[in-house]
Amino acid sequence: MTETVSTTRTERATRRLKQRYRAERRFKLYGQISIAIALGFLALLVVSIGSQAISAFSNHKVSFDLTLAPETVAPNGPGDTEAIAENVSGFYELVREDLLEAFPAASQSRALETELYGLVTRLATIPMARQTADNPGRLGETVTYRAVLSDDLDLYLKGAVMDEQRMRLSAVAAIDPLEASPAGATRFALTTEASLQQLITALEDAGAQDRGLSTLVQAGPAVAKLEDVTPGRLTAQLYAGRAEDFRGAVPTVRILGLPETERNMTDHQIAWTLSLKDQGRIQRGLNWALLTNADSTYPEIAGVLAAIVGSVFTMLVTASIAIPVGVGAAIYLEEFAPKSRLTGIIEVNINNLAAVPSIVFGLLGAAVFLNVFGFPRSAPLVGGLVLGLLTLPTIIIASRAALRAVPPSIRDAALGVGASRTQAVFHHVLPLAAPGILTGAIIGMARALGETAPLLLIGMVAFVAEVPAGPADEATALPVLVFKWSTGAERAWEPNTAAAIVVLLTFMVMMNAVAVLLRRRFERRW
Amino acid sequence: MTSMTEAPAAIAQTDPEAAKVRCENIDVFYDDKQAIFDISMDIPARAVTAFIGPSGCGKSTFLRCINRMNDTIESARVEGRIVIDGENVNSEHVDPVLLRSQVGMVFQKPNPFPKSIFDNIAYGPRIHGLAQSKEELDEIVETSLTRAGLWEEVKDRLPSPGTGLSGGQQQRLCIARAIAVSPEVILMDEPCSALDPIATAKIEELIDELRERYCIVIITHSMQQAARVSQKTAFFHLGKLIEFGETETVFTNPSDDRTQDYITGRFG
Repeated sequence: MTETVSTTRTERATRRLKQRYRAERRFKLYGQISIAIALGFLALLVVSIGSQAISAFSNHKVSFDLTLAPETVAPNGPGDTEAIAENVSGFYELVREDLLEAFPAASQSRALETELYGLVTRLATIPMARQTADNPGRLGETVTYRAVLSDDLDLYLKGAVMDEQRMRLSAVAAIDPLEASPAGATRFALTTEASLQQLITALEDAGAQDRGLSTLVQAGPAVAKLEDVTPGRLTAQLYAGRAEDFRGAVPTVRILGLPETERNMTDHQIAWTLSLKDQGRIQRGLNWALLTNADSTYPEIAGVLAAIVGSVFTMLVTASIAIPVGVGAAIYLEEFAPKSRLTGIIEVNINNLAAVPSIVFGLLGAAVFLNVFGFPRSAPLVGGLVLGLLTLPTIIIASRAALRAVPPSIRDAALGVGASRTQAVFHHVLPLAAPGILTGAIIGMARALGETAPLLLIGMVAFVAEVPAGPADEATALPVLVFKWSTGAERAWEPNTAAAIVVLLTFMVMMNAVAVLLRRRFERRW
Repeated sequence: MTSMTEAPAAIAQTDPEAAKVRCENIDVFYDDKQAIFDISMDIPARAVTAFIGPSGCGKSTFLRCINRMNDTIESARVEGRIVIDGENVNSEHVDPVLLRSQVGMVFQKPNPFPKSIFDNIAYGPRIHGLAQSKEELDEIVETSLTRAGLWEEVKDRLPSPGTGLSGGQQQRLCIARAIAVSPEVILMDEPCSALDPIATAKIEELIDELRERYCIVIITHSMQQAARVSQKTAFFHLGKLIEFGETETVFTNPSDDRTQDYITGRFG
């Protein structure tokens, strides 16, 4: 009798035990799956942003051998270096002349000339103007300067604009000028040693005729646009370089994946760029301007420096408002306030405040700080105040949790030797709660650093081309810059946006690292 | 306030049996719930008084009345008079902060500050301005640690953290910290309950020595401890003082049946 009972009990117990182990394994598996999903998304985010941003961290620059004629470059004489630094037009004039010298055929029409000058934007000559101003001795000499290539052509060289089918033809057997100018043939026909059938098939496969795709033929610095091709003969219009370069050469053919009307650069501009690249005048390098320039309407010379400085000022204002007020409020509520109905209401409302959407704080900021107090618009001062209000509840809640975590025996000990309440708090409780308070404050600040909506409402989305000098100057902040760049029409804003996000994330990671470091440091004392 | 050196002497001259703390009709309420009912007792000046009784009987609450630690509990309300040296500590013009420097306290769990051993002892004298110079402070620290029987063990590592000591040493550090502000009364709330027997024996020895200079009140759950260290014993039950008298009498010939039941282990 006893034995049967004990066996059934054991059986049931074993079954239950197995069930419990299964439940435990299942739970562990769920946990592992959720961590894997989270890590997967994080990796996806980092990879997608990183791969985009990498393209923005390098760019193509065109080198120019400029003879710095004093009359063009130094309008007020070599002594006035400030005038030289601001004389962007003078330098752009030199750049244009140099470009025209490289591609004289462009002078045949006004439109073509404008296209040529589009290779380099006017503002891209600012660095050379500044360098000359710093070294006035260079006046009158021939100096090699670099200027950023226009954003679309830069993207084209990075292969980010369109698909491009490339193939090599066989060596040119004969070249036959069709039209000519004093400088040489401008339209020509050529035959190659092998048949051109392969090219014809490729053009048909790509639907070049129907889609209006352009095809460029290149031999060294010479680039021509394909007009017609038959198995034995190819006719082309010369865009850059000399037709003579094709003689005996092995030309490369590029079938551009988008028709001219669907992209922001013309066939001519691509031809010139390819020609310059072949001459070794275009080189890819690190895009320091992205970190050292302020914002610009041209993506190739736009940078995040002004936004970084704006963000730093904003954070300084936020920290100086939110941390003392937040920590003070937390100490009062936790250590001194009587537990009454009123403090209960205050507590609930602090928690409510933490849940208020950030855009509401923006509205409040606009209404109170701008309209009532008359603070300057678009300034980090106002942005910092608004973000300070936003961070306040987070800091209060974190600080209170940190204060509550200090064992009451420490308070008793201090009171027991005759310390006053305030002494007990400031000598013993607060130092012990400091790591927790700091962590909370920094995490709150990191959240404020990434906040966009309230800053939009107080006008910090303004276009700011100057690095702000103080918290009352017009400024923008990093997340707002990301928002602004992401809405830019040009393709080049895309990698720029990703690069700005990388900068923003770097700052956040740094802040979190500081939080961890501080916590470690203080905890060791305890 | 009397200084470190003369305080014990002043007490030493008084009659050991004279009342140092006179409690008259103490009632304590937590909100509406009454925890202590009309307790009156005279605690002798140079003796150890033990409070015994089952958990929740109000020993701690009563003890905390003496240095007004109940003030830190918001819902607590104390009625009655507690007279120390002719002054009612519950009266309006007594500053609880000053009172606590005269009535020291040692808690159940050793609670040294997470600071150096030196700073643990020096904190009280510093905030009360007891030392005029660094030398004086050093002297107070040494005297306090010596009286607490800890000097020999820690004199070479005063700058190391107090939390790094063993449990028993920590508790003696807390006693030294209480002594450092030269109190006249020391309240101990189960000071040995978190310690092993060897550390407990050391503390008991220490208490016996301190009785020469201080008025000591100790709460304990150990009958043996109460019998060993105290001269007077008070038995509490359900917020009332049932019996108070010479320790020997209370343990050998209690006048109340409840005391008898408790000390023989029949309840509690």
